[in-house]
Amino acid sequence: MRNIFKTSYVQDIRLFEHGGHVFWYGLLLILVFAAPLVLPQFFVGEMSLVFIYAVAGIGLMVLTGFTGLASLGHAAFLGIGAYAHNYFVTKVGVPFPFALMLAGFVSAGFGIAFALPALRMTGIYLAIATLAFAVIIEQVFSHWASVTGGFRGVAVAKPNLFGWQTTTEVHFYYICLVVLIVITLGTRNLLRSATGRAMMAIRDSEISAQSMGIHIARTKVTAFGISTFITGVAGGLLAHKLQFISPEAFDLILSIQLLLMIVVGGLGSLHGCFYGAIVVAFLPQFLSLVKDVLPPSIGNIPGLQGGVFGLILVLFILLEPYGIYGRWRKTRLFFEIFPLYRRATFKRQRGYLKTERMK
Amino acid sequence: MTSPNGALLEADKLTIQFGGLRAVDQVSFVVKPGEVYTIVGPNGAGKTTVFNLISRIYDVTDGRIVFQGHDITRVPAHRIARMGIARTFQNIELFEHSTVLHNLLIGRHCRNRTNLFTEIFFTPGVLRQELEHREKVEKIIDLLELQHYREQIIANLPYGVRKMVELARALSTEPTLLLLDEPASGLNIEETDDLANYIDDIKNDLKITILMIEHDMRLVSRVSDRVLAMNQGRVLAEGGPAEVQRHPDVVRAYLGA
Repeated sequence: MRNIFKTSYVQDIRLFEHGGHVFWYGLLLILVFAAPLVLPQFFVGEMSLVFIYAVAGIGLMVLTGFTGLASLGHAAFLGIGAYAHNYFVTKVGVPFPFALMLAGFVSAGFGIAFALPALRMTGIYLAIATLAFAVIIEQVFSHWASVTGGFRGVAVAKPNLFGWQTTTEVHFYYICLVVLIVITLGTRNLLRSATGRAMMAIRDSEISAQSMGIHIARTKVTAFGISTFITGVAGGLLAHKLQFISPEAFDLILSIQLLLMIVVGGLGSLHGCFYGAIVVAFLPQFLSLVKDVLPPSIGNIPGLQGGVFGLILVLFILLEPYGIYGRWRKTRLFFEIFPLYRRATFKRQRGYLKTERMK
Repeated sequence: MTSPNGALLEADKLTIQFGGLRAVDQVSFVVKPGEVYTIVGPNGAGKTTVFNLISRIYDVTDGRIVFQGHDITRVPAHRIARMGIARTFQNIELFEHSTVLHNLLIGRHCRNRTNLFTEIFFTPGVLRQELEHREKVEKIIDLLELQHYREQIIANLPYGVRKMVELARALSTEPTLLLLDEPASGLNIEETDDLANYIDDIKNDLKITILMIEHDMRLVSRVSDRVLAMNQGRVLAEGGPAEVQRHPDVVRAYLGA
């Protein structure tokens, strides 16, 4: 087990706890930057999808994993981001990076406007409200033809960076990677400062968060704003990835995929977004590979992909509520403190001792 | 800073009505700076409700709460901590999935001056602020001897330690007035003795005024300067600990005679 000798409070605040982290994350960074040099085009394309999903996952994680507010409508914010981005690029002529940011802001505007009335609800009721919002937004996409192209959708050109027209999957890969890194660092910074702590406090106990001087409504709206901003940016990238956007691209299934992603990855951790994104991005490819091997009576069942997604979600909730990242932490701890590992360390405790809730 | 009459906190005819039930009925009392003021009474007397009124979780039906000369009867709940009133809860309301340190840092929230944009970039100002919070928190950790538990998740801690962490979190807000809701419930005799010492330290070294609800009469007698007895939402008696315990109405309320 690694024992860290702490000599300064800064050690607890830094992005990387110790040299080991610097080494491994540095290595990972080098690998992902070098990957397009060796990987075939197809995989480069799939990797950029992983990055986009990871950005969207971070967006939803801020809301669901860290603030404890479930959303079943995040596909709508992806959609708003995608359409807004495309609109700014093609109709207004805003340069790519600014259009992406504007897409985030438009999405956050919708998010905040939705949050202000909706945050009186919590839990399942909020989830239903977000679902309703997503359905309404899908209708707007279908009918506001002058901006969205209606049912026929719109084609999206490859990104143009200040006059430099990107052409290949590799170019796009690097754009997604840079956006992902910026979003990850920004979110991580937020989580290690007061606003992030306030969000987690609300997740764990609203009543005492309030008594510690946290403005519940404002913090929740902030969380909604940040979450939908990030999701909107992911939407802008997704538009380029899909090359063609139409209302049915942002349906309920996508919202559920996003939720699946953060649950499977591990709720309440940034790492979880990445693990989840890998699962969600590669599972369809994996299934289509397996389909060829399976007997046609099983392989050709309609809705196989949805079924497998659902099954994975159920299995994770039942067997590993902390997701892939939780499993990794347990495994690591098992070896670190071998043979002293106790299964109870990660057991969920039942809250027998809660104050009579005042709301 | 106190009111003209020398009170730190003044409850004036506090009343709250839940439907047909008057949980607190015309309760008035005055807490002076530097004292330990204890509210006692049988279950359902309305003690915790008084706390919830002061920390503004409930709205009063009638009456006024004055703190340091300011009327706080309509101040929103999240501003109370900033004004200098911190509290603990009867049945521990910690942030269970976080470490002790993290919990105490949340206690610093009301003293925070950074904003969202500086935080996203984690500017040197934010770092400085974080270090400042940490130093304040470490002082509290020293005072309550929690060093050993600093990095542990709350869910893994025994009940007695959690109580102490909650006290520490309340102290992290740098309060002028500390509301303790049954701090000794669930503690064993040794832990209760420690608590009495900590309460003395908080009062004498940190100069924090304490308003406390407690059933353990040994602790009440030991630390309290003045005691208020309540029953069924009304004040029964007020005075020194021994005096209140002897009061015939108080004896009747407890024994049901």
